[in-house]
Amino acid sequence: MSTSAIETKVKNIIADQLGVGEDEIKPESSFIEDLGADSLDIVELVMAMEEEFEVEIPDEEAENIKTVGDAINYINTHKK
Amino acid sequence: MSDRRVVVTGTGLISALGTGTEKNWQAMLAGKSGIARVSRFDPLKIDARIAGEVKDFEPEKFIDRREVRRMDLYAQYALAAAEMAVKESGIPIGPDQPHGYAPEKVGVIVGSGIGGISSLEEQHRKGLEKGFDRLSPFFIIQMIVNMAPGLISMRYNCKGPNWAPVSACATSAHAIGEAWKSIKLGETDAAIAGGAEAAITPLGLGGFSVMKALSTRNDDPSGASRPFDKDRDGFVMGEGAGMLVLEELEHAKKRGAKILAELVGYGANSDAYHVTQPAPEGEGAARCMRLALNSAKMNPEEVGYINAHGTSTPFNDANETKAIKAVFGDHARKLAVSSTKSMTGHMLGAAGGAEGVVSALVLTHNVLPPTINQQTPDPDCDLDYVPNTAREAKVDAVMSNSFGFGGTNAVLLFKRFQA
Repeated sequence: MSTSAIETKVKNIIADQLGVGEDEIKPESSFIEDLGADSLDIVELVMAMEEEFEVEIPDEEAENIKTVGDAINYINTHKK
Repeated sequence: MSDRRVVVTGTGLISALGTGTEKNWQAMLAGKSGIARVSRFDPLKIDARIAGEVKDFEPEKFIDRREVRRMDLYAQYALAAAEMAVKESGIPIGPDQPHGYAPEKVGVIVGSGIGGISSLEEQHRKGLEKGFDRLSPFFIIQMIVNMAPGLISMRYNCKGPNWAPVSACATSAHAIGEAWKSIKLGETDAAIAGGAEAAITPLGLGGFSVMKALSTRNDDPSGASRPFDKDRDGFVMGEGAGMLVLEELEHAKKRGAKILAELVGYGANSDAYHVTQPAPEGEGAARCMRLALNSAKMNPEEVGYINAHGTSTPFNDANETKAIKAVFGDHARKLAVSSTKSMTGHMLGAAGGAEGVVSALVLTHNVLPPTINQQTPDPDCDLDYVPNTAREAKVDAVMSNSFGFGGTNAVLLFKRFQA
């Protein structure tokens, strides 16, 4: 899967779960500060990305995923 | 109790008859049934295959789409009904508003008999399929019964007591009664009170069905809920929400509220008898009605209409009739009794709230909603049940009965507001 395909899918998941427009979702967008997520949203997002990309995101790694770009990078590096 | 008086200034109602107080009221006056074959899932192996499902509810009209995903249907109903009630009342909350109530003095007491059972079923299924480490992080907040009052308090900044009674089919009558008590005592000055239910699911329907509590008149859905009729064979599950805004009278007058009715009395007690069957002769129910009358310092003769618990089960309706006769004596023959469950189905934990709304409407519109499906009189149910057709009548006081599994009873008394 190409980086841009990953980016598109990540944005789809975020738009769907957080109810925000895809145009609002930028790599530098912070889940909490810019997209209005709370801690439960983050858990759900992490689980959705784990299922979508068949990666495992341990809790200590998930804590470092603060922006959309962080998520895309993590998946890029860890996808099978 | 204190001299403080409590008035109803807003109503919200969602049932199988529709979304919105006015829509429900018009359907009730027309004697419409909201009962149909269950459509949300295939009830094929369940004996009872009919229910009063809400068909026209669009949660996004009341709740942000993103929030909807995080809420069970029961909480969506609760929030939507609260929105209707708050809007109708125009209650000002916060010091920034003219005559605004102090947020700390506004309570939210909203219950549910069962809570987020569809979320529970969905997540249990997911756990079995994918593992119990893959549950939704929203599962618990969807399921728990006090999330409805929690969400309502967040929306309207109500910082007073916030909790959810759970007493089966008496739940929201307890909620309204306890809110009344809290205002009477001065603990709060206003409250949003009522209940919501969304338990028409395989577990909910199947569970009540195997108890033989439900009507199996599957080939005649609109005739299935027939409280007090001789051929009644059980209740029909309904769902939705019923909500009231209650205010302390002096504050309500000061802010220029439109007062719909006064809530004057409340009784709560227990049969201490059986898990599902009412006590013989309706002993607990009668005692509860007397408690409500005493709390209002009212004579039984002042009550002109009773919105009955009237579930359409053989036991309840005969026992409730006996209880009414025991409490009201000769006056039982003069007052009118009806069960709006004949049209909405039994909304379980939302029933008392819905019927509280109906009680206020009776006092403002001077019309009594009928008990539909009255065809064959039952000698054990021989009162005036306002059969089949709504009736114009000016009554000054309305009693609303709610009795629940576990032997719990709650009775509310409303009165035409007189300054």
